[in-house]
Amino acid sequence: MKTLLTLSVNGRPREDAVAGNALLIDYLRDTLGLTGTKQGCDGGECGACTVLVDGQPRLACCTLAHSVAGRSIETIEGLSHEGNLSRLQRAFHEHLGSQCGFCTPGMIMAAEALLRRTPQPSRDEIRAALAGNLCRCTGYVKIIESVEAAAGCEEVPA
Amino acid sequence: MGALSDFSVLRPASAADAVRLRGEHPTSRFIAGGTDLVPNMRRGLVSTDIVIDLGNVGEMRELQHQGGTLRIGAGVTLATLAADPRVRARLPALAQAALCVAGPTHRTAATLGGNLCLETRCQYFNQSESWRQGNNYCMKLAGDTCRVAPKSSRCYAAFSGDVAPALLALGAEVELLGPQGIRRLPLAELYVDDGMRWLALGADELLFAVTVPLVAGRVSGYEKLRVRGAIDFPLAGVAVVLRRDGDALGELRIACTGVSSRPEFVGGLDALAGQPLDDAAFAVIERQIKRTIQPMETTTVSVPYRRRATPVLAKRLVRRLWDEAKRR
Repeated sequence: MKTLLTLSVNGRPREDAVAGNALLIDYLRDTLGLTGTKQGCDGGECGACTVLVDGQPRLACCTLAHSVAGRSIETIEGLSHEGNLSRLQRAFHEHLGSQCGFCTPGMIMAAEALLRRTPQPSRDEIRAALAGNLCRCTGYVKIIESVEAAAGCEEVPA
Repeated sequence: MGALSDFSVLRPASAADAVRLRGEHPTSRFIAGGTDLVPNMRRGLVSTDIVIDLGNVGEMRELQHQGGTLRIGAGVTLATLAADPRVRARLPALAQAALCVAGPTHRTAATLGGNLCLETRCQYFNQSESWRQGNNYCMKLAGDTCRVAPKSSRCYAAFSGDVAPALLALGAEVELLGPQGIRRLPLAELYVDDGMRWLALGADELLFAVTVPLVAGRVSGYEKLRVRGAIDFPLAGVAVVLRRDGDALGELRIACTGVSSRPEFVGGLDALAGQPLDDAAFAVIERQIKRTIQPMETTTVSVPYRRRATPVLAKRLVRRLWDEAKRR
């Protein structure tokens, strides 16, 4: 049975009729068309579906849509500003943090939560924050370098 | 993963309302973080028509210092528990265990209560419907035989929560809220050594809070054996609480997880009080742990390895804490 779900997605208030058994990932992808959030393992083991709920990284594939009623959701689509890439998006692009790209939205959202909490993280803190996100292409080195670049740990080319 | 079956979500604003709704809907399930329950529901391992979401119950998210105890609401997330300065300073085993659960994106949602009530796990159970059907199911769901112990009349699925052994070693009590009010019992009495019915929780009871004594002079820690550094459930986990009196052990408490159908408190260590931590003491620790645990083929990692590795984890941790206690 569908009931009204009220929440904020990428800064915009929304009210949608959503089934009780709808997952947050299905609501974002199918109802709102925000397909940047990826459906990977679909069982809470890969982190590709990571979004921010009130600024905290959460797995959209393990979260019931109604359980985040009244909360603020941020997806990868909400990071760019007026068509410009966010610092993390730009750093992943420039430092080759993304290869096939499937894990990238989840990686960036988990890293975004880290940089808001810890603006200048150590390499260990970056690794710990991304420990729930799997990548099968990069070997993680370029991803960690990208987050360091975004945090201003090294010079970002203009 | 399969689609979720049809159910409706109830969102009570108080724990009392949650318990009342549970009584009115006997087939309902409580959900908190959902990081274990939702994947299990999607695999068809758990089914329900009504989910009672505890996310609005603010009173279960409180963490209070009360006299000589720390009272932790069952709705406190594992991320909060791992980062709380009081928990890190006074109950390091609990903070370390919380930090060992799954990955950071799980811990922001997963709760203390959820980890304590975690569904038992087995390589023959935590599989897709087609996989289980191909194996003619198992006793825990839809079958009649325990695949890891076919002659057994019971299920040997392993309890795999990380936080429970830390709280057992620390001597925690739980508060269970039912229609008649709150019932308190030692955490050890919450568990039953049966993979299918591992909780002594009444049908209309809710795990409400945990109370942990703050005992001066104790050091504690948690060590976890797993294939990867994150996400994985424990192949074995050991919590140790130790108090040192000069060159002798004042107190030693050990509990294990992942190696039985319930978290196990290791008995028979009281005799070590007043004794030095020498080879004889380590031999007692190893013997008592091996007497207590019963790892079965619930994971792809072999039983003999987990049986040998569990006391090794414990002895390393005891040695580390022994040295740490001397530096204090």
